[in-house]
Amino acid sequence: MNVADKKRLLREMLFARRFEERCYEAYVERKIGGFLHLYPGEEACALGVLEAARPGQDYVITGYRDHVHAIKCGTDPKKIMAELYGKETGCSRGRGGSMHIFDVEHHFMGGYALVGGPFPLAAGMAKALKMQGSDDIAICFLGDAANNQGTFHETMNMAALWQLPVLFVCENNLYGIGTRIDRSTAVVDQYKRVAAYNIPSAQEDGQDIEKVYKAAKKAVDHVRSGKGPYFLELMTYRYRGHSMSDSNAYRSKDEERMWSNRDPIIMLRDRLIEAGELTKDDFKAMDTEILDEIEDEIIAFAESSPEPRVEDLEKYVFAENDPWVYGGGR
Amino acid sequence: MKRSHNDHAGLIAPASAAAELQVWEALNLALNEAMAVDDAVFVLGEDVGVYGGSYRVTQGLYARYGEWRVRDTPISEGSFTGLGVGAALVGGRPVVEIMTVNFALLALDAIVNMAAKLRYMSGGQLRVPLVVRMPGGVAHQLAAQHSQRLEHMLMNVPGLRIVAPGTPQDSYWQLRQAIRHDDPVIVLEHELLYFDKGTFDHAAGAPPLHAAAVRRPGRDLTLIAWHRMVQVAQQAAERLAGEGIEAEVIDLRSLRPIDLPLLRESLGRTHRALVVEEDCRFAGAGAEIVAALTEAAFFDLDAPLRRVAAADVPTPYNGELERASIPDVDAVIEAARGILPA
Repeated sequence: MNVADKKRLLREMLFARRFEERCYEAYVERKIGGFLHLYPGEEACALGVLEAARPGQDYVITGYRDHVHAIKCGTDPKKIMAELYGKETGCSRGRGGSMHIFDVEHHFMGGYALVGGPFPLAAGMAKALKMQGSDDIAICFLGDAANNQGTFHETMNMAALWQLPVLFVCENNLYGIGTRIDRSTAVVDQYKRVAAYNIPSAQEDGQDIEKVYKAAKKAVDHVRSGKGPYFLELMTYRYRGHSMSDSNAYRSKDEERMWSNRDPIIMLRDRLIEAGELTKDDFKAMDTEILDEIEDEIIAFAESSPEPRVEDLEKYVFAENDPWVYGGGR
Repeated sequence: MKRSHNDHAGLIAPASAAAELQVWEALNLALNEAMAVDDAVFVLGEDVGVYGGSYRVTQGLYARYGEWRVRDTPISEGSFTGLGVGAALVGGRPVVEIMTVNFALLALDAIVNMAAKLRYMSGGQLRVPLVVRMPGGVAHQLAAQHSQRLEHMLMNVPGLRIVAPGTPQDSYWQLRQAIRHDDPVIVLEHELLYFDKGTFDHAAGAPPLHAAAVRRPGRDLTLIAWHRMVQVAQQAAERLAGEGIEAEVIDLRSLRPIDLPLLRESLGRTHRALVVEEDCRFAGAGAEIVAALTEAAFFDLDAPLRRVAAADVPTPYNGELERASIPDVDAVIEAARGILPA
């Protein structure tokens, strides 16, 4: 990774942070409804892993904390914000909301609200891709708590049995909503659990994007070369509660302070400053530019976009009629 | 590679003219022909490959198409159905076989939360050309966990299409149509119909996927049924005919959507109708049909719409109790008398 890449990733992480913080404000202003799960603290995971893959081409699927993954795949952040606002211009035309960002053009195959639900979908995508002779891979991002669902074990078994081209990325932020991992999970190190299915795995510091990138490169290469699935566990932390309705009372201030001292953005920024590649003013200018873009373009787009039409309520439930199926004939 | 006990000889050969086929043979032919014309079509489920399918429906396919297109899965209904959903999202046309509808309860997350909702939640971006085949119904003393009819559970899910073929002709065509469809289609099969014989005429083509069919015309009342209950209704109609009562028998063929125009047209002539269903009475498919027809055609009616349905009990093991738990010809005739003029 060269200096230009590092600076670009720094900007991407800062953009993700500011985007999510602005979502928080818009939620408090009641511009955004429903459930909203934010990503601050975890930016290096999605951005570092996908940097090592082919974002926009490999097929990516995740849970409901999904905005940043979509952005990295190439989804226009304006369309994501418009989706959160429930607007017709949103990437899911206002039918999905924060938990259900979809962008098929960029192969972002969605955010899903059932914990553990995407595991088999990722394996299914991988099976179809392999049958098509493609060297694209499926990448499934889920949190640590998803690994206690039956779909985790069932899918690991099938992915290993059939050597499917799927990379499982476990964003281990240590909590399933308010329950700490050691209170819900017998084996705390998640990467060890897939050993039962002979799936190679690794655990990496999810706050250091350079380490994430390096570990992900190895994982992606493994999967793309046809050697079957791989499981990468990234140790990370979400700064906010599980969702906006979370009082966040279950974590100690000391713990939160420890993790904020390992902030992925600050760590990379300081490293670049120390190396003489960036000044504090450069960083401030970058930040100002991002904040302006979010306000002047992204929020403005979401605010000014039209609502879906009530007449279209029943659109998109079914495919348009296929005459072969509907009109008879063969 | 070791050769399996099923080989090409196990496949059903397409007939050039009308022929007699059993239901399982028609389904086998449909799968074979759909797989031959489209590489994206593949089958997955428990024992569909080497074993040849628990009701022989996938017999011979493994030898012809290989393990990637005829995939024997572990016993993990929830995840292999979800795997089908994922494959459908990226251009696959999976046909998932769930060994019985009872096991489909383990796959409801994939079917209800995923397959049914993805087109809508994505604002029309995703299509889910998934077929899930599952046999159900009361067979012979399989007890409560192997005798369910779950149509009512799936009927309430927007985004699903549900068909219920009961003849070889419909089994072939509705499965072919389901595989061609860009929406998720549940194909409900009936365990006691797989070895029923009937005429199969490839050249005759297919009515629309969701159209109902009049199996016997009549003027005095309409019997609405699907799957095995069509046969029960037909037998009842024959006995009623001996008394000069002409019952029209309609095979619904599809449970979501339901062919209401055809039902209304029939009611417009007969003014009386019974729904004959093998599923439990409470909040079953019959409740929906009766409600929809009451809303749409109340002033055509000369008598209340009624249901002949299964008792609201878990299906018992004992043979006599099992028979008593579901409608038979006598029950249909008795109910018919109750709505006919004295």
